[in-house]
Amino acid sequence: MSKTLEMNEPDTRNRLDDMAGRNVGAPMDRPDGPAKVAGAAPYAAEYVIDNVAEGVLVTAPFARGTITSIDERSITGMDGVIAVISDERLTARPAQGTANETPVQTPLSIAYFGQPFALVVAETFEQARNAAKALKFDYSADDPSEIPFDPEAVEAEENDATRQGDLDKAMADAAHSVDITYYTEGHASAAMEPHAAIAEWDGERLTVHASLQMPNYNITELADSLNLEEDNIRILSRYVGGGFGSKLGVSQETVAASIAAMKLGRPVRVVMSRQQVFQTVMRRSETKQRLRLAADKDGRLTGFGHEALVSNLPEEDFAEPVTQASAFLYPGKDRELLIEVARIHRMTAGSVRAPGEAVGMQTLEAAMDELAEKLELDPVELRLRNIPDEHPASGLPYSSRKMEEALKQGAEAFGWHSGPRKPRQKREGEWWIGTGMATAARIHNVGEAEARVTLNGDGTVLVETDMTDIGTGTYSILTQIAADMLGVEPAKVLVDLGDTNHPRGPGSGGSWGAASSGSSVFIACEAVRKAIAEKLGVEEADLELSGGTAKGGGQEKLLSELAGNEGIAKTGTFKPGDAQDDYAMASYGAFFSEVAVNRWTGEARVRRMLGAFGFGRVLNAKTARSQCIGGMTWCIGAALTESLLFDPVDGHVVNCDLAEYHVPVHRDVPHLDVLMIEERDPAASPIQAKGVGELGICGGAGAIANAIYNACGARLYEFPMTPDRIIAAMPED
Amino acid sequence: MTLTINGESRSLPEDPRISLLDYLRQGAGLTGTKKGCDHGQCGACTVLVNGVRINSCLTLAVMHDGDDITTIEGMGTPDDLSPMQAAFVKHDGYQCGYCTPGQICSAVAMLDEVAAGWPSDVTDDLNGKVELTGDEIRERMSGNLCRCGAYSNIVEAIQEAALETKTAGADA
Repeated sequence: MSKTLEMNEPDTRNRLDDMAGRNVGAPMDRPDGPAKVAGAAPYAAEYVIDNVAEGVLVTAPFARGTITSIDERSITGMDGVIAVISDERLTARPAQGTANETPVQTPLSIAYFGQPFALVVAETFEQARNAAKALKFDYSADDPSEIPFDPEAVEAEENDATRQGDLDKAMADAAHSVDITYYTEGHASAAMEPHAAIAEWDGERLTVHASLQMPNYNITELADSLNLEEDNIRILSRYVGGGFGSKLGVSQETVAASIAAMKLGRPVRVVMSRQQVFQTVMRRSETKQRLRLAADKDGRLTGFGHEALVSNLPEEDFAEPVTQASAFLYPGKDRELLIEVARIHRMTAGSVRAPGEAVGMQTLEAAMDELAEKLELDPVELRLRNIPDEHPASGLPYSSRKMEEALKQGAEAFGWHSGPRKPRQKREGEWWIGTGMATAARIHNVGEAEARVTLNGDGTVLVETDMTDIGTGTYSILTQIAADMLGVEPAKVLVDLGDTNHPRGPGSGGSWGAASSGSSVFIACEAVRKAIAEKLGVEEADLELSGGTAKGGGQEKLLSELAGNEGIAKTGTFKPGDAQDDYAMASYGAFFSEVAVNRWTGEARVRRMLGAFGFGRVLNAKTARSQCIGGMTWCIGAALTESLLFDPVDGHVVNCDLAEYHVPVHRDVPHLDVLMIEERDPAASPIQAKGVGELGICGGAGAIANAIYNACGARLYEFPMTPDRIIAAMPED
Repeated sequence: MTLTINGESRSLPEDPRISLLDYLRQGAGLTGTKKGCDHGQCGACTVLVNGVRINSCLTLAVMHDGDDITTIEGMGTPDDLSPMQAAFVKHDGYQCGYCTPGQICSAVAMLDEVAAGWPSDVTDDLNGKVELTGDEIRERMSGNLCRCGAYSNIVEAIQEAALETKTAGADA
């Protein structure tokens, strides 16, 4: 028994607002919290499995060429060594998000420095690590001077383009315009839990504990890699120690552990080292971006151009969608959006938190700041004058959009001084102090999702789906939705996630998990409610569920009694439909920041930061706020510290660890303020919620860049804005 | 050779290559202590050795004969959380949870360091009483990375736990 809802039109019922429980939206503590803070939540590598052998990946010390032979005998006599796994099914790259097929295999054909090509298996981790280092192999490496590493040195391919009207003419005719080129350096997801898997093979079925964001896609990718039937695979990802895109697709350790387990007939664990994670998993492409903004005398955009050069390995479809928000955020009838891809031999470029907007919005918002300066207009006012009536290219109407509210309420809460602005107005000791702002925008996605909800005979509720919680709060929000829809306390709801034996959801990525899987639980609960109503002989709409009882038609019965011994189990399916095509949908917001810049060293410190965001219904005010502050923390990294650095000679990642790749630390991040704007977006999902996991990183680095300029007068065109770059751009006193 | 972990005496492993971190996770089965980098760069493996915080990946197990180790499992259990653990839940001082045990162990030891008057880079008076400001917490916790970006909430959790344990006053 099941219920399917295809989102063909906006759902204006706002049913969750009618439920008595009022748990949805409340700042409920995470049900998974006590286990996490007590160290009792098991992550992929931490399951206790008898007789498990340990595998360590061996990686290529050159960027392009061929491994010609592997000398297994070089390590067979070493203590504890069980096997060298060299197998054509080993994957050379991670799968892209939602790839649903095996990533590139051909492990002996090397396409980037650090590509894994073999696995050494031993009794203990120490033995495997030692043997992996000692393994001898021969190779034929291409001359590095013939390998393209520099995206600007090769001819790029056009990946995506929108051309409308005549942008050149709009620029020429504009009362005010800017034409600026920016560079952003590559980013690493750098999730705290390194990629890890334990695979078990019973001769027929494969069970894999892995750290993955999207089990529903990962099972297909793994099956395709191994030439196995999906029915013979079970993936478990109950706790995932951060993903940020790096665990969207199945990656090398999971496939290698599976092959080893199948070949050796015993369980095998493979955990990547931190250096391997940096070298072999997804990077966010570096970008070169040209922004052209043409405005009339009042600051209304008449022309809009955003062109980007990004890079990836040969054969990869993914290209950082830099212009994703530029397509819908601001007006300008003459438009040109372009993405070009350079094929170079750095590791795979793929999704890193908010692919596209994360780097596209920060440059756009920096360019908007320069336009506001030319117009002598308050930067907030410039944004307010550029909220289009309809999608500037497709003409589609917008669904609910809280951009204006976010800009106005954010400015007020931050204490933004409106009016024209001048840099270098405030100094405290050796620090210049300034403020800057930016718009936030992130496209809204949903995917097909299924969940099963069971009302048990003891009055408890079980929610089952393979959807993951990667820190985003899935355990919390599914608990809250089920509790309100079925009128039970949250403590009576058990949410069981991350198991491909359950009904499948789209997984965590692209900020689509909460709206999609939340809707599937909502729909399943509607089906359970209908079954309860039938037992009471009333219409579902007349049913009132609260406190573990059902009321309707003058009757009142305990839910446990109605559920009976068998319980009531229903599957809910949410399918994206016409509504997703009929509206331009996104989450919106605004960032405000205060930055201090040291006049002697160029060091920039974020002293204050506020984000105001509208992302549809807030499902849990505590976990949603956490998503926002997490994104804002990433803005600080993108603005000031984060850059993947590659050796120009041999193409290796120079800063492949957490000492050299600088993610923000405690001292880099002040108290962060978040304002969540009340919103229901009926077109977005049946629960009126949109995505929030990525919105907080989309534009905020621009607000910091603008504050740096306002503080000290340094306009920079390269992210991150490190002290050396700031001091070079700072005007003389 | 023995060491004590959370009050329980255990024999040290034979392989001298085993880090204290790997011994805790594999040998002792205490996987609450996390491996994030294995190079002392992220702090996820922070535990207390004789009451002092340490990156357990940077020390070999065999170096700890006679030592008293406290891991996250020794701080409290899901049903009986310590004040610091409870404050992390209340303030959502985590997201994915992977850096969390290290943050909590680090925070507990950090408060002791402040109480003992150890100055930090942001302490004005190197000889006076250290005031537990937000900046003191941020400076002293900077060895514990959180990629989810929960820092703002972690600081609030630590401030609340500090007040509760009456170690020191706190203001943001």
